[in-house]
Amino acid sequence: MTKDELKIKFESLQEGLNFEEGTEWLTINVDPEGFKNFALLLRNNNELHFDYLFCLTAVDWKTHLSVVYHFSSTIFRHEVVIKVKIEKSNPIVDTVCDIWRTAEFHEREAYDLLGVEFVGHPDLRRLFLTPDHEGFPLRKDYEDPINMIKL
Amino acid sequence: MISLEGLTTLLQTWLQNTLGEPWAFAAESVIVGIAAITLFAFLGLALVYMERKVAALMQIRLGPNRVGPKGIFQTSADTLKLVMKEGLTPDGADKFLFNLAPFMVMIAAMLVLAPIAFARNFQIWDLSIGVLYVAAVSSVAVIGILMAGWSSNNKYSLLGAMRSAAQIVSYELSAGLSILAIVILTGSLRISDIINSQADGWWIIKGHLPVLIAFIVFLIAVTAETNRAPFDLAEAESELTAGFHTEYSGMKFALFFLAEYINIFIGCAINATLFFGGWMPFHIGGWDSFNHVMDFIPSSIWFFGKTMFLIFLIMWFRWTFPRLRVDQLLNLEWKYLLPISMVNLLLVTFMAIMGWHL
Amino acid sequence: MLEELGTNDQGDMIINIGPQHPSTHGVLHLVITLNGETVKKVEPHLGYIHRSIEKMCESLSYRQFIYVTSRMDYLSSHINNHGCALCVEKGLQIEIPARAQVIRVLMDELTRLASHLLWWGALAMDLGAFTPFFYSFREREMINELMEDTCGARLTMNYIVPGGVMMDLHPDFQRKVKEFLRLFKSKIHEYDDLVTGNIIFQNRTKGVGYISREDAISYGCTGPTGRGSGLSCDIRKLYPYEIYDQLQFDEVIETDGDSWARYKVRVGEMMQSMRIIEQLIDNIPEGEFQAKTKAVLKLPKGDFYTRVETARGELGVYIVSEGGSTPYRIKFRSPGFSNLSALDHMSRGGKIGDLMATMGTLDLVIPDIDR
Repeated sequence: MTKDELKIKFESLQEGLNFEEGTEWLTINVDPEGFKNFALLLRNNNELHFDYLFCLTAVDWKTHLSVVYHFSSTIFRHEVVIKVKIEKSNPIVDTVCDIWRTAEFHEREAYDLLGVEFVGHPDLRRLFLTPDHEGFPLRKDYEDPINMIKL
Repeated sequence: MISLEGLTTLLQTWLQNTLGEPWAFAAESVIVGIAAITLFAFLGLALVYMERKVAALMQIRLGPNRVGPKGIFQTSADTLKLVMKEGLTPDGADKFLFNLAPFMVMIAAMLVLAPIAFARNFQIWDLSIGVLYVAAVSSVAVIGILMAGWSSNNKYSLLGAMRSAAQIVSYELSAGLSILAIVILTGSLRISDIINSQADGWWIIKGHLPVLIAFIVFLIAVTAETNRAPFDLAEAESELTAGFHTEYSGMKFALFFLAEYINIFIGCAINATLFFGGWMPFHIGGWDSFNHVMDFIPSSIWFFGKTMFLIFLIMWFRWTFPRLRVDQLLNLEWKYLLPISMVNLLLVTFMAIMGWHL
Repeated sequence: MLEELGTNDQGDMIINIGPQHPSTHGVLHLVITLNGETVKKVEPHLGYIHRSIEKMCESLSYRQFIYVTSRMDYLSSHINNHGCALCVEKGLQIEIPARAQVIRVLMDELTRLASHLLWWGALAMDLGAFTPFFYSFREREMINELMEDTCGARLTMNYIVPGGVMMDLHPDFQRKVKEFLRLFKSKIHEYDDLVTGNIIFQNRTKGVGYISREDAISYGCTGPTGRGSGLSCDIRKLYPYEIYDQLQFDEVIETDGDSWARYKVRVGEMMQSMRIIEQLIDNIPEGEFQAKTKAVLKLPKGDFYTRVETARGELGVYIVSEGGSTPYRIKFRSPGFSNLSALDHMSRGGKIGDLMATMGTLDLVIPDIDR
């Protein structure tokens, strides 16, 4: 399906979706509350069949965080980008690693570097940094006087 | 003609004339001991050098070429380095067993040297159960390896030692059965009898296909028993870093290293003795003048030539084949080699009874 | 982390493979649970070479950050650069001259060839055969010299800039590439004799490290790992960039999903890479090698994502721009990271030797995983 067809399909499936304009791939903003059901829809709907999560990351927007999921379908070869906006004080979003196994590592990475907590993740630990590390390096307010050199 | 046999007889008569019977025996023992240790050191250095040159040949490179002409002193320099290194003993190790293990392996290797005939009538001890003794004593080495693996208190070492124990114990069987094939044809366990029985042709030629099969099985078993690639699971550097000798350093490591090469030498020497007539020159039954010409080549050259050829074969294996997996290794022995050598033993027995061999 | 070493409550042995270990090809640390020789669980501990390239890139301009990415997957550094440059070009909508496109693709394929050659030698070494390593390095050395002539570096090329390539090809380039192709073709039979046809090698890899197509998709396995499981995932075919849609080459797909399938895919890919190089080497168009770009690049506000096919799989470059001269946030979706996440699944129930074979055919490059 092309981007426009996908958009029509999504609109028929769920009402009140917040589409983002001017992007290469169809981008949908989703609330963290409804995200898990939406993810299940993406995976299980026979016409969408987004079985391949090829990128999972988070972006620190200073006021809030957004978790960005890039999905693709290995059958229909269409893509969709899902952005979940979460609060910085309470960075909680449901895990998707029971739907896409690759999310297990990607979510650990996002937790390690940006402090996003994925509820229901089986093994949410620091992946790169030591368990006693404080702070989340990829956040914009992270300060490390020793290791960080600012230009 | 100067031969090793002549030298020993000369020395023996001279010692007996000057010192008398008991003292001459003592002096001979000392000389034999020193000679054996010298041979060990020399063999170790020469074989390591040979291995490196063979590896270089296989791997399109030059190999050692800096220390001495063509790099022949490279291995001596390496040994010197190992001698001067600190011999570390890890904290958690069982110190007594840890330090004993390399000597166990070394002593086992040294003991097997006793019945090997290096040249005509040049043998330390021609005991009546020669090949049985070799088979028995060479398996003592596994105790040393197990000791090393256990006492290091290192999991890699333990895994390596366990693999090694399983491997050596298994391959001992088909090696033993292959030896038996020759024992049946010869009717004697004595090394000198086995060699003399090949005066009219080596067993590999006289014994037709069954002996050829026994030879191949024995070659594989020897490669496996000496923990050489493709059967180097005990060391398996890509899996267990260095296997049972992970924690060893300095001279203790060098002893393991040396013992490995001595074991290869012994394995190949036994192989040459059983199937290629040991020091026996290339004879063909009935061709007396041809045999006489062959006799002009000294027997020691025949022996070392055959042994070195077999060692080269084993080195060739090492630098060509990937390593087997542990279950494949045991499958190969228990499901293929052992049944083959058992059937083969039957064939050899049948052949010996019917007198079909040449 | 250290307390959990030893044995667990079920009496299984827990053993550390790495961070210093001959077959982890770097500083990968695997904590494996063993029952005898059988692997029950593999748990990667990462971060030993994590340099936080993503954070570094946030303070580097769009011209500068490309150089850092050479240090991620250092074996396909050129392709990393390529992906980043494509992403910047997508944001700026720069048209790339035809000559630069051909040069980029040529270099990509040479890099892929070099990377696969190294993998081939290293895999054989993981399985206990030393000699193939020297054979593959003999050929790889020629590619490195080619790269050195044109790019000035052998490993971290830094040859691609937004808008094209940094400088024109070396005058000897075409001659040397042809010589390399001729020599490599005359040596391929050695590769088959030494490794591919070896019965021990086949027994070590067949049926080892199996992953089904569904699991490969779920774990996000791409590159030869995905294609070994029958998953069509070659970005060059599915989402062609540069001139890949005009080239004749096949996507090598095997359906067995084991190490042997991954081996065959990679060997097949080397042949396909040669095919691409042969098509292009005599057809490099004349013209500019670099488009005219502004001195300071500023991407418009928005998200940009490009995917390229490295030697290990799909590399995604995700740039979030706020309109400034540096990226606001950058994310590299590295192929090795996703492939590594499937290692536990693949190696459970196998032997330690199987784990090495699986790791070898996944072709892990640790800086690519740790970034």
